[in-house]
Amino acid sequence: MVDDEEVQGSPFWDWEFALEAFPQMFMAFLEVTLLVTVVGTLIAAVLGLIIAILIMVLPKPLAWIVRWATNFIRMTPIVVQLIFMFWAFLWMDALTIGIIVFGVHYATYMSEVYRAGIESVPKGQWEATTALSMSAARTWRKVVIPQALRSTVPSLGNYAISMFKDTPFLLVIGVAEMVTVAGQIGAPTFRYTEVYTIAGVLFLAASYPTAVLVNRLEKRLAYAH
Amino acid sequence: MEFFEDWPRYVDVAINWSDRLLDGLWTTIQLTIYGGLLAFVVAAVLGLIAGSPRIWLRVPARIIIELFRGVSLVVLLFWLMFVLPQIWMRADGLPFEGLVYNTFLLGVMALGINYGAYGAEAVRASMTTVPQAQWEATTALSMSWPHKMRRVIFPQAWALMLPSLTNLWVHLLKGSAIAYIMPFVSDFTAELNQLRRPTDIWFSHAFIGLVVYFILALVITLFMQALETRAKNRLGRGPSLREILSPAPKPVTTGGAR
Repeated sequence: MVDDEEVQGSPFWDWEFALEAFPQMFMAFLEVTLLVTVVGTLIAAVLGLIIAILIMVLPKPLAWIVRWATNFIRMTPIVVQLIFMFWAFLWMDALTIGIIVFGVHYATYMSEVYRAGIESVPKGQWEATTALSMSAARTWRKVVIPQALRSTVPSLGNYAISMFKDTPFLLVIGVAEMVTVAGQIGAPTFRYTEVYTIAGVLFLAASYPTAVLVNRLEKRLAYAH
Repeated sequence: MEFFEDWPRYVDVAINWSDRLLDGLWTTIQLTIYGGLLAFVVAAVLGLIAGSPRIWLRVPARIIIELFRGVSLVVLLFWLMFVLPQIWMRADGLPFEGLVYNTFLLGVMALGINYGAYGAEAVRASMTTVPQAQWEATTALSMSWPHKMRRVIFPQAWALMLPSLTNLWVHLLKGSAIAYIMPFVSDFTAELNQLRRPTDIWFSHAFIGLVVYFILALVITLFMQALETRAKNRLGRGPSLREILSPAPKPVTTGGAR
């Protein structure tokens, strides 16, 4: 595999190599990792709400089908879903497939959050819309959704963070996201210490502050209620 | 529509390969069970320490939790696989040399550490959700720390943390599919991917793979729900498993805590 002598001769951590690798990795981080996270989160946020509403308004058998389809997507590995979609839609760009799979997978998580949010809207509100003879569409748009969405913002943030940390799974369909690029940089010289450490630090540096912000938002929303 | 015409051939191929698929499935199950057990140990230890009132215990535990949660599972796996062995390569005669080259073990470790750190939050949060009066009562009875944990606090926290642990275990099962990229470990996903080459029918087999993972996840969920029922029953809330499963359910009496 590797020449032991060669490894022992080289330093464990090489700053020069690390500085050389960093710009490439950071570009991949901006261009792929962040792109997938942002677009995937947007898809998850919208599609999750659609799923949650569909399950509530569709007639029973159809709602049951939608519910089990979301359960199915939620309880199967994103890695296998990526591979499945990759081979099913060979003509599609791998990055697009990645974004769609991440968006749909996390939409199934978000639908649960929205469901809880919708259920937490007091029954009196629904009764009031009936008393005011509002249409169903108007009830959802003007009364239920605005109240339901409030408490779901922190969860959306948490899922965005966890989607961000799942993006390296994209390497199974050959998308050059940060960890894949890190591996490519390290491969010729078998120097992986720097690249994978940088990858870990970048993940931490991006996810930890966001998590703290989300936590704060969560507390603030909880007090305001 | 070739798929429907060639269907019998696909069945033959799948049967020929079933041994390998079952081997892969067994690897995935082992990864999930060992990883889950390690994750539980990590979660319990880190969670208890992170919930401690002593700051010199709490802060290091928090740092470790944030570190293991914050770096992605894949990064953690690659770090264990590519960077950790270098320490052994550089220094001769370190113990456990065989272990750092065992990719299966490293996979279990990555899964256990990563999901264990998530679980630690669940453990800590459910400890703080146990009513304050219960903690005070143990102090009033001057129970020792292990005694009060084992007899009073943990049984109550256990019932609270089980739903989160269920979710995490299913996540761990799903995360274990990344073992597919590890050398020398052929988990279920890896075997499925191998199957694509001789058959060229990846579409159908990937779908079968999804179904198998779904069934595994359902089994985990059912098992954990049974544990939850049992935990609640022992706290005097809700019926016991035997009462639920017996064909003619007896009238449920809600007794007090034992």
